[in-house]
Amino acid sequence: MTATVAAPSERGASVAAVLQRQGAAVVLVLGIVVSWFAFPHFGTADNLRNLVLQGSFLAVIALGMTFVIISGGIDLSVGSVYALGGVLAAYGSRYGLVATILLPLVVCGLIGLINGLLIARTRMAPFIVTLASLLFARGLLLALTNEGATTYKVEPGSAFLWLGQGTIFGVGVPVYLALLLFGLGGVLLRRTRFGQSVFAIGGSEQSALLMGLPVARTKVALYTLSGVLAGLAGVLTAAYLQSGVTVLGVGTELDAISVVVIGGTLLTGGAGTIIGTLVGVGLKTLIQNVINQVGTLDANYQTVVSGAFLLVVVVIQRLLARSRKS
Amino acid sequence: MTTATLTRPDRARVTSWLQNYGVYLAVVVLLLFNLAFTENFLSLANFRTQLVQAAPVCIVALGMALVIGTEGIDLSVGSVMSIAAALIPLYLGAGPVMAVLVALAAGVVSGLFSGFLVARLGIQPIIATLALLVGGRGLALVIAHGQLVQLHNADFLALGTGEVLGIPVMVLVAAVLAVLAGLLVRRTTFGRQLVAVGGNRPAATLAGLPVKRVLIGVYVISGALAAIAGVLATARLSASDPNEMGLLMELSAITAVVVGGTPLTGGRVRVLGTVFGALLMQLVHATLIKHNLPDSAAQMVQAAIIVAAVYVARERSTR
Repeated sequence: MTATVAAPSERGASVAAVLQRQGAAVVLVLGIVVSWFAFPHFGTADNLRNLVLQGSFLAVIALGMTFVIISGGIDLSVGSVYALGGVLAAYGSRYGLVATILLPLVVCGLIGLINGLLIARTRMAPFIVTLASLLFARGLLLALTNEGATTYKVEPGSAFLWLGQGTIFGVGVPVYLALLLFGLGGVLLRRTRFGQSVFAIGGSEQSALLMGLPVARTKVALYTLSGVLAGLAGVLTAAYLQSGVTVLGVGTELDAISVVVIGGTLLTGGAGTIIGTLVGVGLKTLIQNVINQVGTLDANYQTVVSGAFLLVVVVIQRLLARSRKS
Repeated sequence: MTTATLTRPDRARVTSWLQNYGVYLAVVVLLLFNLAFTENFLSLANFRTQLVQAAPVCIVALGMALVIGTEGIDLSVGSVMSIAAALIPLYLGAGPVMAVLVALAAGVVSGLFSGFLVARLGIQPIIATLALLVGGRGLALVIAHGQLVQLHNADFLALGTGEVLGIPVMVLVAAVLAVLAGLLVRRTTFGRQLVAVGGNRPAATLAGLPVKRVLIGVYVISGALAAIAGVLATARLSASDPNEMGLLMELSAITAVVVGGTPLTGGRVRVLGTVFGALLMQLVHATLIKHNLPDSAAQMVQAAIIVAAVYVARERSTR
């Protein structure tokens, strides 16, 4: 948004802006092309199907995170909420299909709602509030599973499993759901008053208040949305794995933040795109896949590469922003 | 809500008193509660255990308090502990001194790295240290090949289990470091500059303070302290476990700092409060465990304490 305003005046700035916005996409395409030729297994239908399926869970979480970060906030609770959502879905599966899906969404939405209320009404720092709910959600999950000793299984014949394991034209259902949500998210962010408020709050909360925008209400909605989406990702994962896995989601908040930032959304808020986040998810999934393809590489390098990659992207963002200012 | 507090001097006074002394009061109340209601609490062995368990958090929290004092945050502390732990078995062959020095050097380098990103490139502390949080543990696992290694070097293990004049080495180290941190904040130019940078960065810059050097300094101290905590915790465990070492330590440390009355908005460092914050979190945990409340409850209570502490601290910054 800012780029289109700034571009016409300075050519260097526009190149920087395009790089900042499209750099990740260029790297993603290059990465896919190179991997296709470098690794014989990469281009197989099985691997590609698996790739998009793996990415779809993180994508759902990252969608909510994108909204939160554009508003200038952060949600560290998504990893725990994601795990909690999965366990609640598996736990609820004995009470029928409605409970399986609604129970996790309601509970996770409530956690997000409380995050939002605390952040919007008491003006506490988002990262500290969501840090607390990271602990809280993990505690709730442990209490629910007898300190992690019980694993709830989804009934084998349940129609619910289709959500995670089903395929349409050979591609997993979660992939379609994620794409659908991204479509809706894009409309919400770009075509509604709510979306405009999100950008305005991220740009300058003070100005948004002066403009008479419903700042508090928007923030509450944002964090609730993030909670619901993290819970939904948990639901889909539980359907895919046929059980609620308690150890899931540790560090997932970092993955989600990384992909949002890699996708070009500024951590300072006020600018960002949904598509960018999708590209970020693609890049992250690709890197993981490539590391798996290079059989000899220690799997632990995955996190090293993720961390380094996040850093490189942020540094480039920062340098580009600087060069644009001067 | 702020105006309500302003117009009610009594409430403001209570809040202000709570901000300044709440953590000490909480520790005393919790101690009294335990003395009255917890079996086998009043014993030297138990007090020693509590202090030993609080020591690593306390050490890390001291560095975190300095970083938060500059309006920063260091999320990488747990991973730095894990890197320190991973390096120990590799260099223990060359003697415990060598192993500890290498681990410390790794902490300093990590701190330099974060400090450089924050001070020189102007990257937000939360992101700069987040990258090290993600990548650092991976690095530790790469170094250790993901393995837990049992340690048998008696001299090294003494760091975790040894005692001097009946006081555990870990507790002594934590106490000495706390005193040093207190002196650093109160009695040195660096300490005054640190508080100034956190209080008002533009003003500090205009006043010609070496803002960048101060920022790099606090991250280096934080990294070094995290490495020390990692070394001590490894010695206590008598094993190097980069998988588990320092997991969620950033949360515990931030909690101790905030509960201790250091505002997240920077400009103020409360060293004694931080020490008591670490003690409080340990006591809360011990109390819940000793009364057979599970880990899950302990986590939820910790979450509530974080929110309550920040809520109380919040009114000071708006007052």
